Amino acid sequence: MKYTAFAGVSAFAIAVGGMAVAEPQAEVLHWWTSGGEAKAVAVLQEEFAEQGGTWTDMPVAGGGGDAAMTALRARVLSGNAPTAVQLKGPAIQEWYEEGVLADISNVAEEENWSEVLPASIANHMKCDGTWCAAPVNVHRVDWIWANADVLEQNGIEMPSTWDEFNAAAEKLQEAGVIPLAHGGQAWQDATVFETVVLGLGGPDFYQSALVDLDQEALTSDTMKAVFDQMRTLRGYVDDNFSGRDWNLATAMVMNGEAAFQIMGDWAKGEFLAAGKEPGEDFLCASTPGDGFLYNVDSFAMFDVDGEDKRAGQELLAELIVGQNFQKVFNLNKGSIPARTDVSLEEFDSCAHTSSEDMQASSENGSLLPSYAHGMALRGAQAGAITDVVTAHFNSDMSSDEAVQMLADAVANSM
Amino acid sequence: MARWFETHLPKMVLAPSFIAVLIFVYGFIGWTAWVSLTRSRLLPKYEIEGFIQYDRLFDSPRWDTALNNLFIFGGLYIGISMVLGLILAILLDQNIRTEGAIRTVYLYPMALSMIVTGTAWKWILNPGLGIEAMVQGWGFPNFSFDWLVNPDMAIYAIVLAAIWQSSGFVMALFLAGLRSVDTEIIRAAQVDGIPTWRVYTAIIIPSMAPIFLSAFIVLAHLAIKSFDLVIALTGGGPGYATDLPATYMYAMAFSRGDIGQAASSAMIMMLVVFAIIVPYLYSELRAKND
Repeated sequence: MKYTAFAGVSAFAIAVGGMAVAEPQAEVLHWWTSGGEAKAVAVLQEEFAEQGGTWTDMPVAGGGGDAAMTALRARVLSGNAPTAVQLKGPAIQEWYEEGVLADISNVAEEENWSEVLPASIANHMKCDGTWCAAPVNVHRVDWIWANADVLEQNGIEMPSTWDEFNAAAEKLQEAGVIPLAHGGQAWQDATVFETVVLGLGGPDFYQSALVDLDQEALTSDTMKAVFDQMRTLRGYVDDNFSGRDWNLATAMVMNGEAAFQIMGDWAKGEFLAAGKEPGEDFLCASTPGDGFLYNVDSFAMFDVDGEDKRAGQELLAELIVGQNFQKVFNLNKGSIPARTDVSLEEFDSCAHTSSEDMQASSENGSLLPSYAHGMALRGAQAGAITDVVTAHFNSDMSSDEAVQMLADAVANSM
Repeated sequence: MARWFETHLPKMVLAPSFIAVLIFVYGFIGWTAWVSLTRSRLLPKYEIEGFIQYDRLFDSPRWDTALNNLFIFGGLYIGISMVLGLILAILLDQNIRTEGAIRTVYLYPMALSMIVTGTAWKWILNPGLGIEAMVQGWGFPNFSFDWLVNPDMAIYAIVLAAIWQSSGFVMALFLAGLRSVDTEIIRAAQVDGIPTWRVYTAIIIPSMAPIFLSAFIVLAHLAIKSFDLVIALTGGGPGYATDLPATYMYAMAFSRGDIGQAASSAMIMMLVVFAIIVPYLYSELRAKND
């Protein structure tokens, strides 16, 4: 009896104390463990500590987030979810449907997120109308990188259509330069594929084919033309591309072995780290065609118990979308801030192009999610498409066959 | 009291491991079977929906490739490893002087993990770094050995690396078998003037039948659960040309959030194992009962 009374009183005391102080607590699961990324997370960690919070870091490296997702699954199933988890795209909604995400609308409304974030990016952060995640950055995927010297020596301009690209590639091939540096990994094939879909089909076609998975669009002649172009591109890649990592392909452009690479703006980090100057040593441009494919990293907020954890979650959300973190983090990571009102003074010329294009495309509706980087589709559907793309790219499959396989694979993944 | 202990101690000692096996092997097989009948995606769900996951599995061209690869890989890997192991064992059995050293050399690959084997062979077979580049450098510019990057041949590159890894081990098994054959019979055959190759084909090899069976069982289960070698050597590529059921299952469960698919592919893998193991167990048990 005595003990229960004592326990009751102390529980009450803790509850009251918790309310009065509510020292923010946050356990953050992420897989930003490599150089620039780790530095970028450290920025957030410091800011969080300055505001009196206690940060429990839970980095899980490996497999491009696969290992972290496995850890997350185990934590959620055991009813002990982390405060915030690095998640993106439809995966956020997928977890929301499991009923494990928190509502951070009060922070979002207080901080006016809907004003400062582009509408299509903001939509990814909402679950059934409430805010459940905070965006960190915007990576643009549809970039084409080029070695400035190689282009100049061969009298080539940055291509603005795929035909121009093909003409330039033929010329380069004759000059003995590898036209396209590419790594034969499924996600890299998919990255090139989606930029070709956007370039040849335009934003509306991209939307209906790779976001809405419209069967007609998937089997259309435009899609066949896309696979034709993929086959052409296969001819511009060196023989030794299988399994090559993307950064090695970037290095090929850097040292003049190859002329172009199609890759998201994380490739810029490689150029900058090697001391190359944008505009002088290397060129950046959007891939031929209109539109903007984004890959937005974000933190999803999980449902946690306890005042201190919830306070930590709110503080974290506020800091992540805060001006300072958005600037410092993205300077380290090579991407651009998700919010549109951050000063870009310290950013380089590629980031400026990216930011201007993002705002322009946000207004004309061509700001689109990248399918290859898990922004447009759920894992099963995106994976099914990637299987077809990479099977086609690595064999002599005809475009007609590929289109049929694509439609079947998408139907089968539902 | 002492007597009670004497009769019950063995059961008590065995009980924990028995229970552990019951839960962690058979329990989880049952769990996987259950999940394979549901629409589980990101997290497991438990409402049974029938065989949809198996329908999806057998409609998937990638699973087709994976299963075909398993039969190509399994067949060649088991067959060639056994033949090579047997030849090596017979050659080593000719009372050569440095047998100990040579045996170690051939067994050594078994001491490496599959990841190391895969990475080493990835470099050896890489057309830009390995054998192809080397021979071309010797002045044969038309020489081509591009198995690793050729989607039609990549699975054979995996077979090559796997055989390199295991044939030494098979050799050791067979060597033990050869040594256990009754020397009296061999001498008798030699006295009768029977040529050596006949001694091997008619006497020694037939008497090693149980060793063949053990080698087969060991290699077969290695082939079916093969995973790390593929990941290290090709990552399942080019495209998904070298996918095996194990890598398919991994991709579905951990990269794509499609647990139902992963569970159904795991069940099929288990059935393949059963198809091999059950006849073996059956013959073993029958032999004992006789």
